Amino acid sequence: MSTNAPTMPVGEPEPTAGTEVERESPFRDSLRALLRHRSAMIGGGIILFFIIIALIAPLLLPYGYNQIDADARLQAPSADHWFGTDDFGRDIFARVVYGARISLWVGFFAITGSIVIGSLLGLVAGYYGGWRDTIISRMFDILLAFPSILLAIAIVAMLGPSLQNAMYAIAIINIPTFGRLMRSRVLSVKQEDYVLAARAIGMKNSRILLRHILPNSWTPIMVQGTLGFATAVLEAAALGFIGLGAQPPEPEWGKMLSDSRGFIQSAPWTMLFPGLAIMFTVLGFNLLGDGLRDVFDPRMKQ
Amino acid sequence: MTPPQTLLEVKNLKKYYPIRGGIFGRRVGEVKAVDDISFFVKRGETLGIVGESGCGKSTTGRTILRLEEPTGGEVKFEGTSLTRLKSEEMRRMRRELQMVFQDPFASLNPRKTAGEIIEEPLRVHGIGTARERKEEVQELLQVVGLDSYHTARYPHQFSGGQRQRIGIARALAVKPKLIVADEPVSALDVSIQSQVLNLLEDLQEKFDLTYLFIAHDLSVVRHISDRVGVMYLGRMVELADRDELFDNPLHPYTQALMSAVPIPDPEVKRERIILSGDVPSPSQPPKGCAFHTRCPRAIKICGQIRPEFRDYGGGHFAACHLLEDGS
Repeated sequence: MSTNAPTMPVGEPEPTAGTEVERESPFRDSLRALLRHRSAMIGGGIILFFIIIALIAPLLLPYGYNQIDADARLQAPSADHWFGTDDFGRDIFARVVYGARISLWVGFFAITGSIVIGSLLGLVAGYYGGWRDTIISRMFDILLAFPSILLAIAIVAMLGPSLQNAMYAIAIINIPTFGRLMRSRVLSVKQEDYVLAARAIGMKNSRILLRHILPNSWTPIMVQGTLGFATAVLEAAALGFIGLGAQPPEPEWGKMLSDSRGFIQSAPWTMLFPGLAIMFTVLGFNLLGDGLRDVFDPRMKQ
Repeated sequence: MTPPQTLLEVKNLKKYYPIRGGIFGRRVGEVKAVDDISFFVKRGETLGIVGESGCGKSTTGRTILRLEEPTGGEVKFEGTSLTRLKSEEMRRMRRELQMVFQDPFASLNPRKTAGEIIEEPLRVHGIGTARERKEEVQELLQVVGLDSYHTARYPHQFSGGQRQRIGIARALAVKPKLIVADEPVSALDVSIQSQVLNLLEDLQEKFDLTYLFIAHDLSVVRHISDRVGVMYLGRMVELADRDELFDNPLHPYTQALMSAVPIPDPEVKRERIILSGDVPSPSQPPKGCAFHTRCPRAIKICGQIRPEFRDYGGGHFAACHLLEDGS
């Protein structure tokens, strides 16, 4: 350590004396902590399970999700039909598995959309301030003034009921969550000395935003994104349930729930399995999100 | 007033921060962080600026570099008026003027390696190819007394002194002429302060640097400066050659400041000038001389007219009515 050039003063004691050079980035540190976090790993496991199922769905199933069998209506779970059949004689297992595709797809695109748009707006509002901040923040306030599901309903009602429009609606109603989060992070990060230092060396604003502010602001967005995924799945199911999301015969979980309302007593499995699927997906994302928060923001830990 | 060897000239520099209040965010007042100060820095010298916390010395440094936009006045660097440059021109100009920050923990991006941090200024100004820059980084690490294997490490893996060396290497990377050092050692352990000070001195010699050295520690300033300016409440009250200032302080505030420096000799008895009261708020600075509310020798005029900052011989500047003729 003290092998400095001769003209130099002697180096001070090493903080990490003894240990050899490890390329230890803060990110890898966090990743390791996440792998040790039990409930996050359970959540991650559940999500992974659903993703795999969604990917290999066609290989898995003897029945198509829309294969009607009039002779096998409302059958209880059996070796033939693991989750039973619905009132059209369709295999519920097949429908739940295909439903995973729909829910994850909707959740992913809706949340990605709102993260990208929300973060960009939040970045601009927080960094530049002034009139840009005023306009963007008031826009967020307006969106937040409505109960989110009501706003989603209104948007879908305007665009017309379909799965894609439900996705747009979910993306739009989640924009302010991410936008505000990003804005508040940027407001604090831009006060940091290293941002001032970046300006002092002559860095352009765009580069400061991308290379210094964004990387130091995105962790809460990731946490919120994971938790938001759970909400998005629920919102998609809710819109499906009231008939504004997926249209028949698409096997969307919320839609399946509402279609089977009439058989809740005579054939409870028609409701039980889509319900469980929603529950586990949401649980998985919530567990993972909480874990991420513990890892990235230890102060929030109870 | 402008000697030929002047590198940096600051004329009537002002930085006021608005205080907003009321429902409509009206401007209800202002904090005069830097209130009309003028001085120059000669090529190759170290100008120390001292003053207590909140006197505006850091703001002065930042305003000179236009990290804060000045409210008024002019900053000239090698004859170019920095205050009139467009932002893109100023951005390019920053190659010539660099800054070393006080807090070595806050001034390095925690997500970048030491190598990336030091390379960044070169990259920003498009200097060299990727390979040349890598070599340059190695060289800079050597120069500031770090080892080449430190490139891949992250700031949290360094000690405070080492981090400050990284900050110095970053400032040096673009080969600037002037470095504004904003309390570069005040966050460090005393044992490490002297190492960093020595490093700064070595670098000055090696690279013909000019320093504007901001500090509150008089012994540090005395050690490193050629000339010293004293600030009080956003104003420069006295500026002179180091020895002249320490041996023959003219302004009552400087005298009080000097009398507070401990002398490492129990035999020496000295009368300490104890100032009464607190520093007034810079949002409502006293009329006249800012110091008159606490000055042990204040006379009537001190509360009425702001004293001029003028040369009392041999480049010894001060702003005090007591020094003017008749008193």
